[in-house]
This record gives sequence, C-alpha cells and structure tokens, in this order.
Amino acid sequence: MVSGSVFFQRESAMPQPSISKTMTTGESGLAFIFAVTAFLCLIASAKALDAPFAFHAALSAAASLAAVFFIVNRYYDRPAALPPQEINGRPNYNLGPIKFSAFMAMFWGIAGFTVGLIIASQLAWPALNFDLPWIQFGRLRPLHTSAVIFAFGGNVLIGTSFYVVQKSCRARLAGDLAPWFVVLGYNYFILIAGTGYLLGVTQSKEYAEPEWYADLWLTIVWVSYLLVFLGTILKRKEPHIFVANWFYLAFIVTIAVLHLGNNPALPVSVFGSKSYIVWGGIQDAMFQWWYGHNAVGFFLTAGFLAIMYYFIPKRAERPVYSYRLSIIHFWALIFLYIWAGPHHLHYTALPDWTQTLGMTFSIMLWMPSWGGMINGLMTLSGAWDKLRTDPVLRMLVVSVAFYGMSTFEGPMMSIKVVNSLSHYTDWTIGHVHSGALGWVGFVSFGALYCLVPWIWNRKGLYSLKLVNWHFWIATLGIVLYISAMWVSGILQGLMWRAYTSLGFLEYSFIETVEAMHPFYIIRAAGGALFLIGALIMAYNLWMTVRVGEQEVQMPVALQPAE
Amino acid sequence: MSFWTRHQILEKNSIILVLGILLVVAIGGLVEITPLFYLKSTIEKVDGVRPYTPLELAGRNIYVREGCYLCHSQMIRPLRDEVERYGHFSLAAESMFDHPFQWGSKRTGPDLARVGAKYSDDWHVTHLTNPRAIVPQSVMPGYPFLARTEVDPDAIADHMRTLRTVGVPYTDDQIANAAADMKAQADPDNAGADAFTKRYAKAVVRNFDGKPGTPTEMDALIAYLQMLGTLVDFKLYNEKANLR
Repeated sequence: MVSGSVFFQRESAMPQPSISKTMTTGESGLAFIFAVTAFLCLIASAKALDAPFAFHAALSAAASLAAVFFIVNRYYDRPAALPPQEINGRPNYNLGPIKFSAFMAMFWGIAGFTVGLIIASQLAWPALNFDLPWIQFGRLRPLHTSAVIFAFGGNVLIGTSFYVVQKSCRARLAGDLAPWFVVLGYNYFILIAGTGYLLGVTQSKEYAEPEWYADLWLTIVWVSYLLVFLGTILKRKEPHIFVANWFYLAFIVTIAVLHLGNNPALPVSVFGSKSYIVWGGIQDAMFQWWYGHNAVGFFLTAGFLAIMYYFIPKRAERPVYSYRLSIIHFWALIFLYIWAGPHHLHYTALPDWTQTLGMTFSIMLWMPSWGGMINGLMTLSGAWDKLRTDPVLRMLVVSVAFYGMSTFEGPMMSIKVVNSLSHYTDWTIGHVHSGALGWVGFVSFGALYCLVPWIWNRKGLYSLKLVNWHFWIATLGIVLYISAMWVSGILQGLMWRAYTSLGFLEYSFIETVEAMHPFYIIRAAGGALFLIGALIMAYNLWMTVRVGEQEVQMPVALQPAE
Repeated sequence: MSFWTRHQILEKNSIILVLGILLVVAIGGLVEITPLFYLKSTIEKVDGVRPYTPLELAGRNIYVREGCYLCHSQMIRPLRDEVERYGHFSLAAESMFDHPFQWGSKRTGPDLARVGAKYSDDWHVTHLTNPRAIVPQSVMPGYPFLARTEVDPDAIADHMRTLRTVGVPYTDDQIANAAADMKAQADPDNAGADAFTKRYAKAVVRNFDGKPGTPTEMDALIAYLQMLGTLVDFKLYNEKANLR
C-alpha cells in the first residue's frame, strides 16, 4: 500500500505569515454533514431489512466517520493559510487528488482485468463457478464491466481531467476539499456498487446495475465533479477553453443527464436495497439503451477523446492537426451519438421507426468518429519517426487506430441485416473489446505513462523497455481476444439460422454452445496476456515513483540569454 | 462574421458552452423516447397479460439478482429461425409490466421468452441445481443454494405496492392476500388455492420444487420460468390489427 505521504505533499514551502487559523466553511460544513450522515447510516444499518443493506449502511457509517477524521486531521496539519493560487507568478497546481486517481486507476484496472479473466474462464470451464452465489458468472460479470469501465476508466478520466483543466487553464483546481470529495466519493461509489453485485444487489440494467442508494450518492459526487471542473474553467487565465475541455465537459454533463434519465427508481423501503425502476417494458428498454449506448459515447468516447486531444499533441510535441476539424468533430459527435441507442434493439418489440432512426444515425456517426481519428493521427505529421523510439506514443497512436477500427465496425453492425446475425452473439463482445482494450485501454495506459512522471515530478519513466514489453504483450492479447470472438460470434450466428435441405433447423442450441468452447479458451488466453501487460505497467509506474530521478525545475528567470 | 469566429463565443464562455452541449444532446433522446409514451401503436392490444403473482414476482427478483439476463434474452425476433426455435415473436405487451425489462442482449444460453411449460418442474429443479446433470455440454453455473433458501411470504406485499405506484395494476384484493397467495401457489393442497387462481388468470398451482413446507427460492424461480410467454393465446391474437 502506498503511504499517505505519496499523495499528501505540502505544496507550499513558503514561510507563512502568522495569521490566526480557523476552519473554512467547507471544512466545518462538510465535517458536520458527514457526522450527521454517520449517525443516519448507523440507524439505517440497525433497521435494515436485508443483510446487504445493513452491510452497506454500516460501511457508510464507518466511511463517514473516517471522512470527519480526515477533514479535522487535515485541518490540524495544514498551515493557517490555504494553499496559494500562485507561487512566484506560476499557478500552484493541485496534484494530490490526481495522484490518488492515477493510483486507483491502476488498482481497479488490474482488479477489473482479473475478474474479466475469471469470468472468461468460467465460460470455458463452468466448474469454476463452484456452485456459490457470490462468485458465479451472473454476479461477477457486472463486477467486471463496472470495474473496468467505471472504476478504471472513471479514475483515468477524473484524474486526467483534473490535470488537463488546470494546465490548459493555467489555474489551480477550484475548491480545497471539493477535489478530494470527488475522487474519494467516486471510489466509494465503486466500492458500494462492486460489493453490492457480489451480494446480489442489482437493478439488472446493464452498466447501470447499482441500486438506488448508490445512484443517489453518485449523483451528489458527479454534481461536485462538474462544479470543480467548471469552477476551474471559470478561473482560467487563457481566454479560450482548450478543445480537450469541451470533450470533458460534454462527458460530465451528458453522463449526468443519462444517469438521471435511466435510473429513477422507487425503493420498496428506505431501509432495504431493492427498488423498482419507474420505467417499464418497452420504454424502459429504450431508456436503458439510450443510456447504455451513450455510456459508450460519452464515458468511453468523449472523455477519452479529451485525453487524445491533450496527451497526443503533448507527447508528440506537435499541435493538434486541425482546429476546425475538432470543432466539427465535437458538435457532430455529441449530436449524433445520442440517437444511436435503438441499434441495440433491432428486430425487438421496439417500433420500427425508432429502430430505423437509430440505425440511420449510427451509420452517420461513422463520419465524426473518423474525423476525430484523423485529427488524432494527423497530429503526428512531421513526428512519425517518434513511433520508433517512444513506445508510449506508439501506444497512444495505436489506441486511435483501434478507435477508428471499432467506430467502423459499430456502424456496420448497426445495419439491421448485419445486426440480425451479430446480435445476441459473441461478435458484440468482440466489438466491445476492440474498443475497450484497444482504444480505451491503450489510450488510458498511454495517458498514465505520461501523467505519472509529470505529477510525481520525475524525469521520465523507470523503463521504456518495459513499456515496449507491455505494448506487445497487450497487443497480442487483444488480437487473440477479438479474433476469437469474431469467429465464435459469426459461427454461432450462422449455426442458429442454418437449415437442412429438408427445411429443418440444422443445430440444436446446445450444439452451438459446444462449438464455442475452443474460442472461449483462446479468449481467456488473450485476456491473460492483457492482464500480464497491465501488471508489468503497474511495476513500471511503481518504480518510477519510488526510484525515478527527480526533475529539477529550472526557474525561467535564471535562463541565460543566448 | 464567419462560422469560426462565431464559434469563439462558445470557446470563451463556459456556461454558454455547457448550455450548448445540453441542447445538442437533448434532441435525439427527446425525439426517440417521448413518442413511445403516447403513440397508441407502441404497445399492442392483447388479452391475457396480467401482473406477476406474488410467487412469480419473487422468482423474477431472483432471476434479476443472479444476473440471468446476462446470458438469456427474453425477446424473440421475428426471424424465421427464431420463431421456429422459440415460438411466436415477442410482443411489447408481454413485457409491459416488467420493471425493469428483461429483454437481455446476449444469448450465451437460449432465449427464455417462451420457456414456460416447455420442460417439467423436475427438469428445472435438476437443471438449476446442476445443469450438466441434464445437459452435459452446458456452461451454466449451478444454483443448488436456491433449494436451500426460503422466500419470505410476508415481504412481498410491499413489493407489489411499490410496483403499483410505478404503474402495475395490482388490485387491493391481490395486495391484501399477497402472503397467502404466495404460499397457496406452491402448495396444491392449500385451502386458498382456488381463491388464488381466481385472482390471477392462467396462474399455475404446483409444488414446483417437489418439497413440502414454505416456498423456497427454487419454487419461486421455477414458478416464474414456467409462466414466461404463456399468457397470450396466439390463436386468438389479431396479427393484422396490431401490424406496425
């Protein structure tokens, strides 16, 4: 475990003038709110109707008390004056919460990939379910998706957004406790959601499984996130808001809208974990996939495109290829994405007009997606040679290439005729993972490889050679994974619709399951390679922080004139 | 003023930028979702669809809890092979009381929209306890713990009340007798069995897990599986009137 000092460095070494020390309104107010929350959670725990709810309420009481302790302890430790906005005319960046996010991203990444490997193995060898409720496939699968999307991806997004917004606005992060509330609160949400799945607490809405109380908590955290982000933009020293921040803003705002639209639920009791979604049947299906597809569009695309727009130009030391393309790309992407949801419901009981709209907009979506890909790739013009020497840049660029590939495959699969074959099969799983492992995974790895030396003030990574190993092992893993799923998906889709010459269905369902077995093993092997790559990365980042050479900051004024 | 100069207004005002984003992302959802609430053709006119019985509802909650929807769809598409393999394509009306819907997105196992009455209760008990005892190539997890866990008949009325608030037409009579009805459905010798079948059309009274006593989670889940897709009588269904 990382000692606290890694995150909580005193930013200011300046001598403090002796002013009397008082708690800020934020400190006293938040400490009070958490004290009340601890008390309420204790009552809820005592009156709970089911065991998981009692556990979560007790955990929340403990966490609230820990928050009170953290706030008061931090107050006694800090100097009388809050950290200054600027030191010697340069912004005094707030890096603590970013370090925490980066660490948690790596932790959840490895956890999420491990659970992925376990459930992939369960499909190949069902005995691995061990007939136990807590670790059977149906409960572990949401744990895997939430851990990789929301825990790993979410921490990467929050961490990088807090970094990018400060740097591109040349302003310190808004708020004093607020950024810590966001990163700690978000990770607490993950903890509640994840333990809930294992205990059977779920709404059964894919990628929106957490129950009503976790959803309420996430709403509070997310609004704080928006306020911290927007507050920092309002303080900016640059007249223009940098393009990466538009994407981060679209991600934060739209995820809030989607979360609220998809999750309204009525709990059976305020002392129980079970609730019923307000929407029913067909409307619920439409709300769910409006949400589900735009969790892809705004969480896994817009947010990570923001990373692309900051980290690729920075690493390649070239400007963004086309400023005008980024404007068109941005508005076209966010406008079109929202319409694409119904392609998850082709040929279902959803009315045809909605399906056709969803298909049409999904196909149109190909254009802005590739506009973004072109903007990212062409940023390297004049710097392509760096791909030979810099494996981190290579990882970032390959991620954009995977983005291009999945955003071609997606529109293709949204065509109804193609979808009639691909839907319900592993082809969808393969498509998702070419985007998740190739695009989201690699762009996150690339960003973390850049970010960790920057925020811990190190000259560079511990070992570029290990990055190279990570790159090739993970790439091999992805290739195994997605090609296995393509073959198994198309094979199963074709077997389901195969007829004999006499006009009978040729295969029983179980014959198609049996045919999947070799591909499930190959898929698990691919996942294992991807996990090994991530372990190499964790070691590399750990060593970068532990033994990396400190970067000496040269004060600008001391540079001699040439 | 060119478009690019005009766009600078958004680049320089964060609040206008946020409002612009909200406006742009709202359109698609509004156009696609709102009509589903008022267009009369969205849900077919069908006889026979009723709210779940207390035991079926408890079973459905177990189905949700264990994540069955992750491997089994409940949505038969109007494609030749699916209709022949699973039965009549699914209607919107058949899931109108589902909060949340269980259409699913993946078929690691077969579709379950019309699995009701296809297999015997014994088959289900054996299969849920150890799927490979009946289907050797199956990759489904075993759920032996369902038979060991009892359901709580007294808790279900609150669930029905909550569902009524969100639009499921449970009657006062059904809610008042919820606990008794749950016990009655799993016990053919129960004195309340007749009253129960009057309250819920086409409901089946059987000892689903084959064991006496309080209904178990196995009873509940099998009661739910055995009613799936059985409510609409497709001999009487007017295909043409509901063509959309």
